[in-house]
Amino acid sequence: MNEYTYPIILGILVGTALRVFMLRTDYRQYPTYLHGKIIHLSLGFIAAALGTIAIPSIMEKEFTAVTFLTLAASQFREVRNMERNTLTEMDSYELVPRGNTYIEGIAVAFESRNYLVIFTSFVVTLCYLALNVWVALGAAVVCFLLSRVLMSGSKLSDIVTVEEKTISFDGAGLYVDNIYIMNIGLPERQEEILKYGMGFVLTPKEFSVRSTIANLGQRQAILHDVSVTLGVFRDSGTPALVPLIKRDLNDGRIGVFILPQEKDSKRAKEIIEHVPVLENAIQMPSRKGRRNHS
Amino acid sequence: MKMEKAILAAVTTEDDRVHGSAAVFKCDTKEEMEAVAANLEAILDGIAHALSDQLYIIVKH
Repeated sequence: MNEYTYPIILGILVGTALRVFMLRTDYRQYPTYLHGKIIHLSLGFIAAALGTIAIPSIMEKEFTAVTFLTLAASQFREVRNMERNTLTEMDSYELVPRGNTYIEGIAVAFESRNYLVIFTSFVVTLCYLALNVWVALGAAVVCFLLSRVLMSGSKLSDIVTVEEKTISFDGAGLYVDNIYIMNIGLPERQEEILKYGMGFVLTPKEFSVRSTIANLGQRQAILHDVSVTLGVFRDSGTPALVPLIKRDLNDGRIGVFILPQEKDSKRAKEIIEHVPVLENAIQMPSRKGRRNHS
Repeated sequence: MKMEKAILAAVTTEDDRVHGSAAVFKCDTKEEMEAVAANLEAILDGIAHALSDQLYIIVKH
């Protein structure tokens, strides 16, 4: 026991607790399995330890110890690769895949959560050693709140309006409102689609949003989320029964065609509104300066 | 080169309209054509698209 014991214990505890707090299993069903959770909790613990130890090392004038943090960075980049590989492997067995953009988003989130843990442990230990335990606890609360803000991205309802529209056939062409989806030849399939299918139209609220919702990864994420929560009326070997999103080229609206197992339009609308806006899909064309070169 | 899409078969009631390398199934009635197309769709894991009332193609996506 020395003067650093309690600060270190507190730093590690708070850091690990933060990782537990951020490790929520929700409708995305990941990570559901116990081993996946253990991996992330252990890495969270390591991250917390690294963040905590940095402060006493500096105080003891052991500056080289800080280089450990760079080691941590490469370690956690590995976490991102691990997540990406696992999810990509599993994705090919999903009836409606997540898509690479969504997977990349999840992998990045897993990496950045570890950095938030390092940061929290660092700040908490610093406050304890420089001031006192109460300030450290206060800092912990602030860090929890901050992580909550940092880890919550925007939802689709922030950028588009979602409306339910009827689906119809014009000959063999399937339409959601007036947006063409695909050609379905067999009358039998057409009946199934009219019976089980639902259509939604997403209208962008501003110009920049058009390219975000046009992103194929973002579209796949919408389909995946809806299919996971409401089920999907399809099986392998029935490519005609596939949920699809197509774009209206004239005004950038997108037509969402889904085949839920449970036909509940209110819930489906809610789910679409709550689909996360993928970081990688966000583009901001309106930020480009419009200069006149005259 | 990886083929993204391919016509696996054509099902028609007017076989003089379809030529080429894909398998062509000649049917006598529209009902027969739909039944054959439905079977082929399931067997080939493709989608039956209607080009006209007399012609269906099975496409692998």
